[in-house]
Amino acid sequence: MPRVVVDVMLKPEILDPQGQAVANALPRLGVSDVASVRIGRRIEIDFTGEPDLDRAREIADKLLANPVIEDFTVRLVETDETADARS
Amino acid sequence: MTARVGVVTFPGSLDDGDAARAVRIAGAEPVRLWHGDPDLHGVDAVVLPGGFSYGDYLRCGAIARFAPVMETLVDAARGGLPVLGICNGFQILCEAHLLPGALTRNQHLHFRNRDQALRVESAGTAWTNAFQPGQEILIPVKNGEGCYVADTATLDQLEAEGRVVARYVGGNPNGSLRDIAAITNSAGNVVGIMPHPEHAVEALTGPSLDGLGFFTSVLKHLVGTPA
Repeated sequence: MPRVVVDVMLKPEILDPQGQAVANALPRLGVSDVASVRIGRRIEIDFTGEPDLDRAREIADKLLANPVIEDFTVRLVETDETADARS
Repeated sequence: MTARVGVVTFPGSLDDGDAARAVRIAGAEPVRLWHGDPDLHGVDAVVLPGGFSYGDYLRCGAIARFAPVMETLVDAARGGLPVLGICNGFQILCEAHLLPGALTRNQHLHFRNRDQALRVESAGTAWTNAFQPGQEILIPVKNGEGCYVADTATLDQLEAEGRVVARYVGGNPNGSLRDIAAITNSAGNVVGIMPHPEHAVEALTGPSLDGLGFFTSVLKHLVGTPA
């Protein structure tokens, strides 16, 4: 059964101090060619039946993201694909 | 008749006890309200206290917004019920769209905990009428996600309509745009403030008694409001 994945990111104009802190730590790893890092959130949703993208968009708009500061995208992925992404 | 001011407790609220105490010291009767109970029990005003409702999961205030008590409270606030959101309460009011904008992680990523000077910009709200416009006050600030953000059009509108209620002076503790510490809705009955007036109501524990003005203001406001 495909799974719905919602990606939530701070809007480009909103400062992401968490991403900046990570970017500032990278030189300590010897990494010097990263211009910026921004941190978001990935949410995986399994419906009891067929995945419903419109319903997922509604959930994302009302709860998962705050449209004042965040953008979100909703997409379907095969469940074994999400398992691969974790390995 | 003594005014009855509700204080909502969510799972993870911290400052509900202090808020109720501030209400009592101001001369009103505190009424404890429970997040799972949609009944406001006939209170005349409501305080949403500070803390970490629902563990700040997802975003601060995002889950509290859907608590049963909030459904009733949002309607009542739109109808004119005075509501003061302090810290996490401010975050909940923004998430519930009773106030514009959002509160994000402090710019420097540090939790800030100190006594903070504020300038009261608007004394025209239900919660600030005991102050003089421009008056400087000192109350504690303690937050990790208190950086107020909104788009430029919203900020300009807040300024133009006199809805910036208080600004940080002597240093901005969290990076809030235009040093905003507190705002109100267009009717002036809903106020969100990031610092904590309820911790500055007694000489023993507070840096001043300046916080008391927020609670005496609402009593003054209620006396002027026909029942």
